[in-house]
Amino acid sequence: MAETPIIEVRNVSRQFVAVQALVDIDLSINQGEIHALVGENGAGKSTLGKIISGIERPDSGTLHVRGAARNFTHPIDALRDGITTITQEIALMNKQTIIDNVLLGRETHRYGILNRAEMRAEFDRLVHSSGFDLNPDAVVGNLHLADKKKVEVLRAIARDSELIIMDEPTAMLADDETEIFLEIVRDLNQRGHTIIYISHFLEEVLDLAHTVTIMRNGRIVRTAPTAEETTNSLVEAMLGQTLSEMYPPRVLPATDAPYALEVRNLQSNVFDGIDLNVRSGEIVGLAGLVGSGRSRLVRTIFGAEEVQGGEIHVNGMPIHIQDTADAIRAGIFMLPESRKEQGLSLKQEIRSNLTLPHLRSIHWKVGILNYQEETRRIRSLLSDLNVQPPLPQLQVNRLSGGNQQRVLFGKWLFERPIIFLVDEPTRGVDIGAKQAVYRLISELAAEGVAILLVSSEMDEILGLSHRVYVMRLGRIVAEFGDHLPQPISRKGIMTAAFGTLQETTAHE
Amino acid sequence: MNSNALADRFSQLDRNSITNFLLDYGIVIAVLVFYFLLAFSTEAFFTIRNQLNILTQAHQIGLIAIAGTVVIIAGGFDLSTAAIFAMSGVVAGLVARDWADVTFIGSAAPYLGWVIGIIVGTLLGLLNGVLVTFLRINTFVATLASGLVFRGLALLITQAQTVRVSDRAFATLGRSNILGIHNTIYIWLGLALILTFILMRTQFGRFVFASGDNPEAARLSGINVNLVRTITFGISGFTAALAGVISASKFLRAQSDSGQGLELISIAAVVVGGTSIMGGEGAIWRTFLGVMLLRLIENGFNLVQVENYYRSIFQGLIILFAVALDALRHRRS
Repeated sequence: MAETPIIEVRNVSRQFVAVQALVDIDLSINQGEIHALVGENGAGKSTLGKIISGIERPDSGTLHVRGAARNFTHPIDALRDGITTITQEIALMNKQTIIDNVLLGRETHRYGILNRAEMRAEFDRLVHSSGFDLNPDAVVGNLHLADKKKVEVLRAIARDSELIIMDEPTAMLADDETEIFLEIVRDLNQRGHTIIYISHFLEEVLDLAHTVTIMRNGRIVRTAPTAEETTNSLVEAMLGQTLSEMYPPRVLPATDAPYALEVRNLQSNVFDGIDLNVRSGEIVGLAGLVGSGRSRLVRTIFGAEEVQGGEIHVNGMPIHIQDTADAIRAGIFMLPESRKEQGLSLKQEIRSNLTLPHLRSIHWKVGILNYQEETRRIRSLLSDLNVQPPLPQLQVNRLSGGNQQRVLFGKWLFERPIIFLVDEPTRGVDIGAKQAVYRLISELAAEGVAILLVSSEMDEILGLSHRVYVMRLGRIVAEFGDHLPQPISRKGIMTAAFGTLQETTAHE
Repeated sequence: MNSNALADRFSQLDRNSITNFLLDYGIVIAVLVFYFLLAFSTEAFFTIRNQLNILTQAHQIGLIAIAGTVVIIAGGFDLSTAAIFAMSGVVAGLVARDWADVTFIGSAAPYLGWVIGIIVGTLLGLLNGVLVTFLRINTFVATLASGLVFRGLALLITQAQTVRVSDRAFATLGRSNILGIHNTIYIWLGLALILTFILMRTQFGRFVFASGDNPEAARLSGINVNLVRTITFGISGFTAALAGVISASKFLRAQSDSGQGLELISIAAVVVGGTSIMGGEGAIWRTFLGVMLLRLIENGFNLVQVENYYRSIFQGLIILFAVALDALRHRRS
């Protein structure tokens, strides 16, 4: 294109303490396009977005806005150039009204006293030009997420933003809200705003963007029109290998392997009448949309949430689970979805994290720990899991994300589980660590552990599971498997997870 | 990366590790500095008698602070210790005085006084734990309010009168020596060692750290966080009661208004030692040094005969400094 690009990044590098986040990045964003950035966690896409919006500074390289070199030291500098960011988390003042949020920093006033009438007129102009229907006096905290996103977009427009950087804007949105939001983005684009769209959701990206730049390990793999890409081509470029190499071969358990876990008619206030079972040695995927009750279900089986009825059998024996200690005693372990919030005690040593749920097995009388025995078993576990560095006394928050995830696995493998509930096992880890996690899960199954896997990543469910349950609105709505009427398929699972249009509307 | 950049990174690493070392072990240096400063500047300081005096005088703050450390590591905060101190002393005194003439008890009354005083204080501590955990009342507010209630109760049961005990057997706890060293030194240093062992080498110790660091992760590891925290408050009640009973024993009298301010100065000792008020990290030896630092300052000010208010200002500044260091440490990690 002959026109000067609105953004030109040349030779930009950025180094964080332990990682090279960006390596010699060259990228042009053209006026008027929706330009998507995709890549694994840690590929550098957010860092690149932050450099363009002045939140981060590059170590080397230059940034040009409309052909002129810029050296942003603060987001305000970018704002003056018409560049705004909308992030995954909502950055609004929840207790203030919409109008106060939208016009924050742009209030009209005389001698410091607000001129409400003029602000109202300004707001009306914005609403008119954007086509949004928002009540200026509504308090932001009471709005739906999608409406909050609208407020953020409106604020970006109010700031005369020619370029809006959106970093995972739909990550927190429900599907219908996402649809609305994507419409807004298209509309903004048609009104002349250029958009940099950072997202994990590849189908969303293919649907929305004109151009896509794929990143891996801080480098750009390629920039191409979205018309030339498919989800598979994007994934393979992001991973640097074909999908089939990611997952270990599936080894199904014997068809007559005993059921390690049987759940009968389990009830709680978020789900209803759940029946499921897992054989020893079997990996059962639990698919469904965020909010369908998957995580709540495994948390309830683990005793972390209140159960209101039903039965749980472990190896054929009925057990009564009132709290997590009961579950652990029965051999049901759970890898929680959030490593930092639910999984690890970050300020403690690797040692105390690994053995925390299992101290009963390594203490002498009256609760005094057998320190030598503990150390011996920890050392062998650390080498099995390949934790780097393998030092029992190291504080966990000094480890990298991937190694923290290994420690989190180790915490639940110090003793062998009979049933392992695995909730989002690869959240926030890089690609190498992901592969290690997949190998570990399939090895555990091969050793006879029954595994119930919750994942939002469809590829993970497809790549690992021997059998798949799909949850929607608190119920199990479908089951897929090799020996079942319906074999495992992406389309089948997606259809079941979303439900038909009719059913969805009937529930609302 | 070129070699210059590498060298840069290394020197940065060195600077970081030196700063981290100072943040972690500053308290050791501070105590040593004060110790030698006092040793060289006054002759009276470096005598065995004065050294033992410092330790003896430190026992009240020391006893309360070592248990306070455990409470804070588990994620709580106990502002009621001074009131428990008073309440337990008063209960011990009342039992020793009023049960002396009761048949079957008679001469055992002084000892029963100690025991009942300590039991009452422990129970009050456990009550704090229940307020904070099962009733989910904010730990500061709960123990501030319960402290007011406890002190009020102490006032009520004594009718605001001093409780005087005439049986000198009651005084043996607070007054006697073993091998020329005051009982109280054995008691508080012994308990410090026991709590150190519990924190470092027992299941319960692990539970304490885990509960303060990440209560949700602890719960998902099968730990009853509420029970663990409640027990830490019980321990705090126990040592506060012990200190209160020792005080009543030593002076053969107990007053409902005794121990005022002890709760704050002992928490200050915990913080000055470097135990984080955010929970999840800390150590008894730190608190020991924190107590010693505050006592050394006090002792030093006494020896050089400076006005009391300078001492208060100085202690206040040290506490602020310690908390600022804690905040700095958290920003860095």
